[in-house]
Amino acid sequence: MIYKLHIWRQQNADSTGEFEQHQIEVNADTSFLEMLDALNEQLIESDKEAIAFDFDCREGICGSCNLVINGTPHGKHRATTTCQQYMRDYADERELWIEPWRATAFPIIKDLIVDRTSFEKIIQAGGYIEIRTGSAGEANTIAIEKEVADAAFDSATCIGCGACVAACPNASATLFVAAKVTHLSTLPQGQMDKKRAEKLLEAMDEQGFGGCSNYRECERVCPKEISVSTITTMNKLLYQGHAK
Amino acid sequence: MTDFELDSHTPKGSLENRWTQHKFDLKIVSPANRKKYNIIVVGTGLAGAAAAASLGEMGYKVKTFCFQDSPRRAHSIAAQGGINAAKNYQNDGDSTWRLFYDTIKGGDYRARESNVFRLAELSTSIIDQAVAQGVPFAREYSGYLANRSFGGAQVSRTFYARGQTGQQLLLGAYQAMSKQIEEGTVVHHSRSEMQDLILIDGKAKGIVSRDLVTGKLEAHMADVVILCTGGYGNIFYLSTNAKGCNASAVWRAHKHGALFANPCFTQIHPTCIPQAGELQSKLTLMSESLRNDGRIWAPKNKADCDKQPEDIAEHDRDYFLERMYPAFGNLVPRDIASRAVKLICDEGRGVGHDIEGKKLGVYLDFAKAIEDQGLDAIREKYGNLFDMYQHIAAEDPYTTPMRIYPAVHYTMGGLWVDYNLMTSIDGLFAGGEANFSDHGANRLGASALMQGLADGYFVLPSTVSNYLAHQKPLDITQTYPEAEQALQACKDKIQRLMNAPAPQKTADEFHRKLGQIIWNACGMAREKSILEQSIKQIKTLREQFWQQVKITGSDETLNQTLERAGRIADFFELAELMCIDALTREESCGCHAREEHITGDGEAQRHDEDFCYVAAWQYSGDLSVPVLYKEELHFEFVRPTTRNYR
Repeated sequence: MIYKLHIWRQQNADSTGEFEQHQIEVNADTSFLEMLDALNEQLIESDKEAIAFDFDCREGICGSCNLVINGTPHGKHRATTTCQQYMRDYADERELWIEPWRATAFPIIKDLIVDRTSFEKIIQAGGYIEIRTGSAGEANTIAIEKEVADAAFDSATCIGCGACVAACPNASATLFVAAKVTHLSTLPQGQMDKKRAEKLLEAMDEQGFGGCSNYRECERVCPKEISVSTITTMNKLLYQGHAK
Repeated sequence: MTDFELDSHTPKGSLENRWTQHKFDLKIVSPANRKKYNIIVVGTGLAGAAAAASLGEMGYKVKTFCFQDSPRRAHSIAAQGGINAAKNYQNDGDSTWRLFYDTIKGGDYRARESNVFRLAELSTSIIDQAVAQGVPFAREYSGYLANRSFGGAQVSRTFYARGQTGQQLLLGAYQAMSKQIEEGTVVHHSRSEMQDLILIDGKAKGIVSRDLVTGKLEAHMADVVILCTGGYGNIFYLSTNAKGCNASAVWRAHKHGALFANPCFTQIHPTCIPQAGELQSKLTLMSESLRNDGRIWAPKNKADCDKQPEDIAEHDRDYFLERMYPAFGNLVPRDIASRAVKLICDEGRGVGHDIEGKKLGVYLDFAKAIEDQGLDAIREKYGNLFDMYQHIAAEDPYTTPMRIYPAVHYTMGGLWVDYNLMTSIDGLFAGGEANFSDHGANRLGASALMQGLADGYFVLPSTVSNYLAHQKPLDITQTYPEAEQALQACKDKIQRLMNAPAPQKTADEFHRKLGQIIWNACGMAREKSILEQSIKQIKTLREQFWQQVKITGSDETLNQTLERAGRIADFFELAELMCIDALTREESCGCHAREEHITGDGEAQRHDEDFCYVAAWQYSGDLSVPVLYKEELHFEFVRPTTRNYR
């Protein structure tokens, strides 16, 4: 299969970028990133600089990879990270536009790589349960209803890739924040910190993310299918926090 | 290099009191003095993040480094199946002693008893810690924690969070570390890779890092350096490791005098998705937990290998693990399962894609489990793994069996460490997969997470404190000539890579070739003549690499081509040591199957009288002539026997 590619190239945060055209032939069972690997090898062989893009585990769990493919963060195959997209998914779209996440809070570092330090700052603001190493009690002392544990897991599965931000017209990180708040505050161990939601949202504002206005684009592109119901849960916690 | 005595500093006395007594014997630093000490932690996966969080919390000043854009991306995150702990919640006879015994036996009697016992002892505290952090482990309807079975054990002691246990445990450690960053005890550097170790008077006192965004080299000084940089499975090019996993930090340490232990001990995981094509960049693991319910089989007749699995009659299927090992069946340890799969495929009974003229795959079938337990129960247990398989292989494992083949997964070898996890360089510690300590010649499933966290949360905080208690804090604001020299050496090396005399091939092309050589020589089967031939090939290819590697772009900006080349350069050196180690170990044990030392029925044949030791290699200045130090292993509490899973 032959593809015409338009790939975003940008030397650094301060320079202006543009789409660069390439053509490549690959077979259907090649993964999307392996297609880019092959292109990069060709570029190096012809003395050109390789296209920079983030990746690591290539099995959909580390959250590193992050391409917008034909306008959709991570690509057309739903509930899937970029690294798990295969060229067979693009059998009938032979012209591909490949771009980085675009958001003020995710400045471009180079080509398709963005800086997601802002997510780190949000977690640092209170995205944890305080427990000194070694001070925990016996694990089975507190029984947790299976449904509650499962619900916490469903939120905890967030891989911090940032697709939710990239898809949101406001470039909001509300789903990311809500997933963490719901994960921790659903569990009995995490209920001490009543201000967690507030702290995380404040950090989100400080980092330059927008607010939520219910577009629900985030949920559509989340590779881990985190539901916007986490936002409802968070809002409830916010209300309870204020009521006290 | 000077000769020295290899001392494991293993405590004496009754096994169950050793760690307790040892902790009491260790010196501690008073809380008021802790902030005077600087600690560097390189690598922030399970071991590194747990150590950084714990040491920061104690009041030390910690600096952390990772090459990824966040500590949350470390490859610990990809561990699927679970974490072992001797909680005995199932009342099935588990105990610290049994976990200890299973681990020693699983490792084919090539690990230290004291270390493994400590690991088993600490296992239960890890679960307590993780639950308190909010790790959402699977639970029974009663609300209490659930367990499942894993290979090499007859009890059910594996805790899990669906197929994402590593992710959840890493996020726990990452969040704990994030709290310390917020409090200012930990200063973290992402997209930053260690280039070299800085030694002052023979002691580890800092590192040179390269900022992967700006290309800037920088010296960081400290009182102690801890490497938690993971394993070197990526040396094989195709492996289940993340693409960025590398051996550079441990290798640079090795070249400064840190002994490298058992480098040829690499784990080949039996259940991975088989290779499909030439452009493939990595292999994906399917959790061992699948072997709880999935049955492994291959066609009895070669003529059936091209048929659809559904068209092969039940009586024409060979459930070979159940046939060969009736006691453990599909749950034999990884090395044994991998070798059995290889045996079947070598006989010509493999299925799936042709790779170099052979079909490399067997079936992992859930039809029976779905029939017995129902589709929903199987989806609940393995849903995300099934989805992952479907994405990659474009087949639905709910309706057709998965195809699997072994792939490189973990490296038991690593930096030699004593009981305190200190390497043979004073002040240099190693935790997690980066050290060799606990798994012997084969690691049991669900033990990597256990070891990484035991090292990070519980061992290193005690032993590093003891080390610091004996040190006068270093003034890190000063400039040290040793640091300047290390910086210059790093600059020179990068220039040499950037300016190869006859650049014509990409670093990846070299890596693929190296991977093939080392897979054939040091993979599932090892043989004298092939090892000797491979050593020659590695040397030739290494020379070519330095002559011909082609790197475009600049070293003063983000340049992933350069990053990769630097890692591959180190792999080229380590590869030779792996082959030398495999060649020297004239026995089979665990993962190390020397064709010359296999019993009549295909099992590994150990030679305890000659090889019951840890092979710790010292760099001599000549890569081809490393010096071997033997740490004899003494078994006081278990008697090494032939592993029998039949």
